[in-house]
Amino acid sequence: MWPGVALHVVSGKGGTGKTTVAAALALALAHQGKRTLLMEVEDRQGIAQLFDTPPLPYEERKIAVAPGGGEVWALAINAQEALLDYLDIFYNLRRAGSVLRRMGAIDFATTIAPGLRDVLLTGKACEVVRRIDKRAPNAYSAIVLDAPPTGRIARFLNVNSEVSGLAKVGPIRNHADLVMSVISSPRTAVHLVTLLEEMPVQETADGVAELRAAHLPVGGIFVNMTRQPMLTGEQLQEARSGTLPAEIIEQCLNEAGLGDSGGAIVSTLLREANEHALRVDLEARESERIVELGLPTFFLPLISEGIDLGGLYELANLLREAGVR
Amino acid sequence: MKLNAPVLEIDELLGDMSITIIVCTGAGGVGKTTTAAALALRAAEQGRDVCVLTIDPAKRLAQAMGLSVLDNTPRRVEGVCGPDGKGSLHAMMLDMKRTFDEVVEGNADPERAQAILENPFYQALSSSFAGTQEYMAMEKLGQLRAKADEDGSWDLIIVDTPPSRSALDFLDAPERLGSFLDGRFIRILTAPARGAGRGIGKIAAFSFGLFTSVLNKILGSQVLADVGSFVAAIDTTFGGFRERADATYTLLQAAGTSFVVIAAPERDALREAAFFVERLKTDSMPLAGLVLNRVQEGNELNLSAEQATASAERLEKLENLGAHERLTAALLRLHANRQRIYTRQLHLAERFTAAHPGVAATTVPALPEDVHDISGLREIGDLLAKRREP
Repeated sequence: MWPGVALHVVSGKGGTGKTTVAAALALALAHQGKRTLLMEVEDRQGIAQLFDTPPLPYEERKIAVAPGGGEVWALAINAQEALLDYLDIFYNLRRAGSVLRRMGAIDFATTIAPGLRDVLLTGKACEVVRRIDKRAPNAYSAIVLDAPPTGRIARFLNVNSEVSGLAKVGPIRNHADLVMSVISSPRTAVHLVTLLEEMPVQETADGVAELRAAHLPVGGIFVNMTRQPMLTGEQLQEARSGTLPAEIIEQCLNEAGLGDSGGAIVSTLLREANEHALRVDLEARESERIVELGLPTFFLPLISEGIDLGGLYELANLLREAGVR
Repeated sequence: MKLNAPVLEIDELLGDMSITIIVCTGAGGVGKTTTAAALALRAAEQGRDVCVLTIDPAKRLAQAMGLSVLDNTPRRVEGVCGPDGKGSLHAMMLDMKRTFDEVVEGNADPERAQAILENPFYQALSSSFAGTQEYMAMEKLGQLRAKADEDGSWDLIIVDTPPSRSALDFLDAPERLGSFLDGRFIRILTAPARGAGRGIGKIAAFSFGLFTSVLNKILGSQVLADVGSFVAAIDTTFGGFRERADATYTLLQAAGTSFVVIAAPERDALREAAFFVERLKTDSMPLAGLVLNRVQEGNELNLSAEQATASAERLEKLENLGAHERLTAALLRLHANRQRIYTRQLHLAERFTAAHPGVAATTVPALPEDVHDISGLREIGDLLAKRREP
């Protein structure tokens, strides 16, 4: 899956677990002795929370090992540091930083000036990608970017049009062009994370359309927190129509050692079965809409205990089995 | 879900005539807009004249409120009123660019306004800067409030907040933009135009030279020229962006305002809610309480996940295992799964309530489907006010 892709951008509606999926993807891609970099751009320290490590500095650090000797590294980028980095790399001007900060220029460039912030953040990701092309000793085999949510992703990545409103010519425009040449190339894949619920699926469909309209390379859809049907087709049918045999279930509960005075357990179990059936129906409906998008799709299960490091490896393994390399 | 926290009495909040602004805030994806709309509908049906300002509603929700046009003015939602014909609901979607344009047009003479509107920097600023949405949401809130004071159109305004990186952005971004536009950086950029560059000391001159040369390197001279002429144009017509932002900020601190913090029972969303609650305290802004959306109901039975699993196993080990035993075992496992989710969510919620003991809270169960119409919103209102069982 996705040979030649160096930059995996992971977006998704808020609450769909995009950081979790990004991390699992970085782990999956690091199998067999590879080294991947997991980046975040929103000052949320989501990666540190997930891997249970202290807050990440603006510095690449190893945060996990993958089966077969692979490694996942992590980097939390913020626009201010990225700007100083940019000045350093392109103009050898890091020392001007304090003057610029005092004058309010850093604030201006990173929070006020439209588009600049985004081009700095995506620019840093592209700089890491170019290391691969240059076969630099510190190159990674792949980079996974935990990106802003679906509603903002096309704008975030389409730095060219963002900046072109601001600068028709000039160095920042050239930089944006350089960034764009990586982001809109087959070296990049933009993945969207969704849940099998109406609103996230709608946003995913809208997001795919928006990315395509902006000529950004859409990768796959990661359907997160899916529930396996826990009842057979026939049982679901009865659960839906409320015709599961209450009395017989009550007898079985007795056999299991759960005396059910007043039928409270049975009625709760039946209600839960009914809700489960409705949920399964909803997920089936929404799955169809996802499949209609015609993109590589990966289904990840809901881990009812919540995501911890163990859960993350579990998701990474599932991605491997589904063909993510 | 029964939380160890005082109950957030939604009907008391909505019925309190001294409260004229309710701000709904929280992390992205927790159901802010839906909650804002449900609160607004409920208040209107209890006889208040309500205007709800939504930022980026899902298409379905917008349609549910009859908002097919995005024209930046409140539209009456037909057929909504209270028991004795009192009460009304207006709804609008924020159009950030248009709001900004209107601020410009309302404060500058036509010629200057035109110059500002055509400035490339202004165009980029008004349509894409991440903080502009927050600033304009505040601006619009100020306008709605002014209109209410003037002609009594509304006695309650409910505001949804933009889907920012952080919920705190709603409070911070206007100030950031305001202080930038009124700030030192802008003074420096426009200094030559005002002839104010003379007389600065050698060191300052050196810094200034370095500064402009670096900026030229980063941005190119054309951008700086655009920024300069933009600033010069707004400065001569209506300074005081910061005062504008400050005025609305003060409004948020006033007694008639109340904040509702919205979260889902997930680590990130609750952490965001905690940040916000702490911030409100620091800035002495009034917090009504926490709405915890999408909770898994459970534990009515006192049958734990472990018990249910053990019983399922016992059934599955029976020698004469038949279809009914299998069915019962499956139902028990289903219950165990739900209980596990419930327990995890309760644990997360309790971490919040333990850390913020005084904060009132209410929960809304996870609903199988999204809101499509007014009756769906009404149902959420009932659940919020605990007037209906899930």
